[in-house]
Amino acid sequence: MIISLNRHRNIIDFALSSLMRRKMKNFSLLAVYTLIVFVIASLLFFVHALKREAALVLADSPDMVVQRLMAGRQDLIPAAYAEKIRSIPGVSTVTPRLWGYYYDPIFGANYTLMVPAKPTIEPGSILVGAEVSRNQRVGVGDMVAFRTSAHTPLLLTVKGIYPAASNLVAADLIIMSAADFQAMFNFPETLATDLAVTVANPREQATIAAKVVEALPDARPILKSEILRTYDSIFDWRGGMMVVILSAAVLSFVIFAWDKATGLSAEERREIGILKSIGWETADVLFLKFWEGIAISLSAFLLGGILAYGHVFFFSATLFEHALKGWAVLYPRFRLVPAVDGFHLTVLFFLTVLPYTAATIVPAWLAATTDPDAAMRS
Amino acid sequence: MMQHPAIQALLISSLLIAGMLLYAAWYGAKILRTWDLHSGSELQLQLERRTYLISSILGYVLAFQILSLFLFIFTADTLHSQFTGAMCAAGSLNANGYGYPTLFLKIATCLLAGVWLIINHVDTRGYDYPLIKVKYGILVVILAPLVIIEAFFQFRYFQGLHADVITSCCGSLFSVDKGSVGGDLAGLPAAPMEWAFYSAMAATFAGGLLFCLKGRGGYFFPIASSVAFLVSAASLVSFICLYIYELPSHHCPFCILQREYGYVGYALYASLFGGGVAGLGAGALMPFRNHASLSRIIPVTRRRLCVFAMASYLFFALIVSCYQIFSPLRLFP
Repeated sequence: MIISLNRHRNIIDFALSSLMRRKMKNFSLLAVYTLIVFVIASLLFFVHALKREAALVLADSPDMVVQRLMAGRQDLIPAAYAEKIRSIPGVSTVTPRLWGYYYDPIFGANYTLMVPAKPTIEPGSILVGAEVSRNQRVGVGDMVAFRTSAHTPLLLTVKGIYPAASNLVAADLIIMSAADFQAMFNFPETLATDLAVTVANPREQATIAAKVVEALPDARPILKSEILRTYDSIFDWRGGMMVVILSAAVLSFVIFAWDKATGLSAEERREIGILKSIGWETADVLFLKFWEGIAISLSAFLLGGILAYGHVFFFSATLFEHALKGWAVLYPRFRLVPAVDGFHLTVLFFLTVLPYTAATIVPAWLAATTDPDAAMRS
Repeated sequence: MMQHPAIQALLISSLLIAGMLLYAAWYGAKILRTWDLHSGSELQLQLERRTYLISSILGYVLAFQILSLFLFIFTADTLHSQFTGAMCAAGSLNANGYGYPTLFLKIATCLLAGVWLIINHVDTRGYDYPLIKVKYGILVVILAPLVIIEAFFQFRYFQGLHADVITSCCGSLFSVDKGSVGGDLAGLPAAPMEWAFYSAMAATFAGGLLFCLKGRGGYFFPIASSVAFLVSAASLVSFICLYIYELPSHHCPFCILQREYGYVGYALYASLFGGGVAGLGAGALMPFRNHASLSRIIPVTRRRLCVFAMASYLFFALIVSCYQIFSPLRLFP
């Protein structure tokens, strides 16, 4: 056991000194390898962090949202539907919600308008998100002019601004009273945008959703778990598409690694020839190549992983954000919470180290089986 | 669902592993047909050199296959939120008919690759390549086809996964109760399984001690060890998991790999796998013990494998016993 460990320790020692002797060749390989790991790791970490963020945001959303469909499109739902849903056993609360979007032609931004269930806000006042306040250049106590759907002005006073920490959910948000909302969009009082339903027992959600559809055939219930699942799917799909695109880069890297591994210089061939002539066996040279590969892979994996961590969690993944986050005039600026686990590191390992290792097995064997006599003569 | 990065990683790894094994099997078949140690021909010299490459490939294949087994379980676990009614990997694997067969094939190929490496290790120490036909026979006839089938099953499994996401026509989808392999295993009653588990362990230790000390029971030990492997796997689902989760109804063999349970699943699976491979390997070497060039190598190797298998199973049994003693759950009054 100890003899075997000593043998490997010596081979590792030789492998490291051998790598250091060919600095330029190995450095260029390490640089490309690190770049590949960095790009794919950034992608994986970023997608995972976004999924986590979405799950955290949705944690406080209602268990079920009931919409009304008209000709296959979402329509306003009669507030009277709330009573019918409330009468289903197992339903805790049903709250009609009023919300919509408002396009501001002057600043070119879309705002999300919402009427809170509670605490209520008095008519004539609004609460705005930090980005809205910055975009409109308004502070607490200032008046903001909106244009109603009848093209008449509606003046509302800013009563408060949401802190920047809540930007992820409140960047483009304007909270107003039901009366102002109805006046703004000429919104009928008997209708709501949708209904928020809470269910006491989470395991009954699917049954209650079925009962809602049975009682109200034009209703479409959407469960929180389904929204979460759809978000997960979308992020995974985007991440996967990026991996497909990046696979061309991985393939190029594999060809590069293959080329580097097969293209032994005369000096390397002579070195292997000498090693074999002084008693190294083919298996020893294979171990030497194995440890060289491990040293390079481990360095690239750690370096690439650390760089990607910094890129995603300290610089908000500048390289990928437009492809993966989406965009808007009032896009929330937020810093992702660092979250990396063994699963993502294993996926990263499979997408980077495994192709590299597979590409270098045959070249390593070719080097190891070099005839010492021929190698030293060449 | 094929666009999931973890699924792509698994598909790429399966493609690479299957490709590497096909390459190895191609030369394995050549060795089976034309190997002649007494010949000094160019072809024979080339084949002798190729054996290093094939051993090297199989070493990597085993490492990648074990990693891919765990990644497969973790991916199935991650995907559970995509299916209505699935609570963890056990549910995701039931999403279509290829999930569990893929898992079992992955386990089987890991075991087989481990045994192959043991045979290879012994063979390379004999001066006349005594087991060359046997090991390449296993590679060409069993291992390579199994890995290719596993890669195909895995592809079909992921291809057949469709997330229950919101569509424009309807929001809620409703789960349908399905029978499951996990459910069948969970059906094994805990009390007889506890007896079976400790009896199998006792038989393995008895067989191992008899073999190590007296050199007898050469076939009994591998058989007892294999039975212990199967019984332990069934016991994991039947009662061991219950003590770990402290729940009399949660039989999932995959959640023990999670952080909530201190990653104890890794220790359990690693020791079980170590015991299984070493036990099987000891049995696989048995028929060749009288071969001239191996008569001094095989007994030493088999004794080492036997000790390793016993140590692995002892570790496994100790963890299980600790949980049984210290878990607040009591299955029996």
